[in-house]
Amino acid sequence: MKEFWKGNEAIAEAALRAGLEAYFGYPITPQTELLEYLAKHMPPQGRAFVQAESEVAAINMVYGAACAGARVMSSSSSPGVSLMQEGLSYIAGSEVPVVLVDIMRGGPGLGNIAPSQGDYFQLTKGGGHGDYHPIVLAPASVQEAVDLTYGAFDLAEKYRWIVIVAADGNIGQMMEPIELPPPRRVERRDRGWELTGAQGRPRRVITSIYLQPEALHQYNEHLQRKQREIEKHEVRYSEYLMEDAEYAIVAFGTSARVSQTAIKWARAKGIRVGLFRPISLYPFPYARVAAISQRVRAILVVEMNSGQMIEDVRLGALDRVPISFFGTMGGLVPLPDDVLPAIEKMVQ
Amino acid sequence: MLTEEMQVVFDYPDALTEETTHYCPGCTHGIIHRLVAETIDELGIREKTIGVAPVGCAVFIYNYFDTDFCEAAHGRAPAMATGIKRALPDRVVFTYQGDGDLAAIGTAEIIHAAARGENITVVFVNNAVYGMTSGQMAPTTLPGMKTTTTPTGRDVEIAGYPIRMCELLAQLSGASYIVRRSVHDPGNINRTKKALKTAFRAQLNQAGFSLVEILSSCPTNWGMSPRDALTFVKEKMIPYYPLGDYKVAEAVKTIAQ
Amino acid sequence: MHHEIIISGFGGQGALFAGQLLAYAALAEDRHVTWIPSYGPEMRGGTANCTVIISDEEIGSPLVRNPTAAIVMNPPSFDRFEPLVKPGGVLIVNTSLVSSESKRSDIRVVKAQANELAAELGAAQMANVVLVGALVAATGMLKFETLDRVLDEHISARHRDKLDSNKAALRRGAALARP
Ligand SMILES: Cc1ncc(C[n+]2csc(CCOP(=O)(O)OP(=O)(O)O)c2C)c(N)n1
Repeated sequence: MKEFWKGNEAIAEAALRAGLEAYFGYPITPQTELLEYLAKHMPPQGRAFVQAESEVAAINMVYGAACAGARVMSSSSSPGVSLMQEGLSYIAGSEVPVVLVDIMRGGPGLGNIAPSQGDYFQLTKGGGHGDYHPIVLAPASVQEAVDLTYGAFDLAEKYRWIVIVAADGNIGQMMEPIELPPPRRVERRDRGWELTGAQGRPRRVITSIYLQPEALHQYNEHLQRKQREIEKHEVRYSEYLMEDAEYAIVAFGTSARVSQTAIKWARAKGIRVGLFRPISLYPFPYARVAAISQRVRAILVVEMNSGQMIEDVRLGALDRVPISFFGTMGGLVPLPDDVLPAIEKMVQ
Repeated sequence: MLTEEMQVVFDYPDALTEETTHYCPGCTHGIIHRLVAETIDELGIREKTIGVAPVGCAVFIYNYFDTDFCEAAHGRAPAMATGIKRALPDRVVFTYQGDGDLAAIGTAEIIHAAARGENITVVFVNNAVYGMTSGQMAPTTLPGMKTTTTPTGRDVEIAGYPIRMCELLAQLSGASYIVRRSVHDPGNINRTKKALKTAFRAQLNQAGFSLVEILSSCPTNWGMSPRDALTFVKEKMIPYYPLGDYKVAEAVKTIAQ
Repeated sequence: MHHEIIISGFGGQGALFAGQLLAYAALAEDRHVTWIPSYGPEMRGGTANCTVIISDEEIGSPLVRNPTAAIVMNPPSFDRFEPLVKPGGVLIVNTSLVSSESKRSDIRVVKAQANELAAELGAAQMANVVLVGALVAATGMLKFETLDRVLDEHISARHRDKLDSNKAALRRGAALARP
């Protein structure tokens, strides 16, 4: 039976059902209900909840719990995620599994608390120092936010990597009917790397320091092989009315939903346009974008930023088709009424 | 028209703009703004004062003060103030910070500004809660106090103990004037005003780091009427956060008199 | 069916709850539905609104510029949303607070002295429920039995003694709007 849930709370419940053992976070709008929900539900269930003194501390607590082998996550919104970038780089350099939820808001700086997709670069391109790309999954509905969060822990553990669920303020604040997945109890088992005390086994060390350039080079090559594996197996996307499309919109998250309505309106006017929606922002579906660019006459990219994902769309489509852009910044959410003229312009 | 026997005893401070504040009914930020503004007026330093705004309910303080102002990232005001003061040592630099800003995310910055004896003034408003984000636990939330992240009351086993910042900062050699006051009634408001004046004069006298912690109420997020909230300050906050002078360096003692 | 509804009023007038009432009822009737609030500091003391979309089809954009229906509970909400309602749409006005008159002839305007009507039924805070009753009667978007059931399930413990008055408030609003 479907239940009506607010995005932030649904994500928190999905994480609990996925077997979340420890959570560390700091209040920030528009993500706060997620933290508040876990503050209420985790301690009575004997799970670890700590309101950290900052996002810097929160991500390092996450780092520690992950080293200890716990299913762990944090959540924040854009300015907080900026603060976490140092910790995320260390986590990538140590290969421990971590889940992070980013309910994006308008920037740069303090910006505002309205929905935005301005973190595309800082999430998908590594954000912190060094060479790494976290897996980044972008839901377009509360149900999809639940499903992606529920699956994020297994994915993080499979690759010993960071998985970021990247939603915007809209999805965090919106209520929609959802079906919740069944609660799971994840048995702790030794995977050969976690720190549990060197009882009856040789000691283990988790570190990200490799003083010899050759050693660090080799370690980076290992990380890069992992990234290629992720790129091979974890690409996700969804398509809407693409079968007969002569034109395509590429958009993710809330802007994809808004575009979907604009597409319906455009179809009613006889324009054969469809939607290509990347779900994994990293790994980006370059191959699929390339295939689409061979089929359609033009591509319109719609984002709630000044044009960040469009760079990846260009890498996929190259110069095969004209690519235009419609974006809103500052936490403004585009409406179908705004996207329709951009479609009409693309068709001309 | 003023006649000869009449004199102005109460006026609108020059250091405040005429902007209406956005604070909730019963919030004491407004009182504290006025006290800081009066202090600036009385010391005649409006044109050489630079304020640093926090992230918190006072985030828009720059709309209310007729002085130069900048906005820091959450918790970083003392670092930003350090930069300004080092670049312009003859200006008066103050930060205005909440308890989350100063005692959680910005703990490192405040401790090191004090340890360096940074010649700035800090107005520290302690309302025991994260106001702007709607009532989560603050580092100063009292044991047992309900907030949205301590829904059954702050459990010190899980969330630890509240921090007494004045007591902590008073240990540092660089600190010159560290006091705690309250604004829950007129007598205490007057004492707060005096302390603010001493703190700014300490800076003008190159005495080093000065900080006035002010116990403040948050009726909205405490879920109380403004009057009950002031009673809470008096009966619950003050016993945990005793008012008083935690450090008054020799150089400041003469100013205070 | 496809309805796009904006409900707007001062914080505390119950605009967000009114929207949730519609949304829960839509879910109970197996429709697709989204509810999205305006959020943030502007809510305190200022005007809060929510957008509810109820449809037989999967919902794309959860936000709209031109709703098919709007409930405006205070003057700023009237000024903002009265011009935006789609031609052929419905505007429900709380005339207890709004004195402006709509000049539009291409929409149906239903006026309700909601605060007074709700007070007569026992609590002025039920003005939002009166207005929902008017909206549902004017559009036929949901069944009243479903709204009753949703009230049974979702009314807070604090207001449980007012359950029957709430149901009466729905009917009182509906009576104003029946064509
Ligand atoms: C890096 C970062 N994390 C979180 C926030 C969200 N945030 C804004 S104000 C605030 C707390 C403010 O509380 P306090 O300093 O006690 O001041 P008050 O609002 O009570 O006056 C938080 C957590 C932010 N703006 N930036």
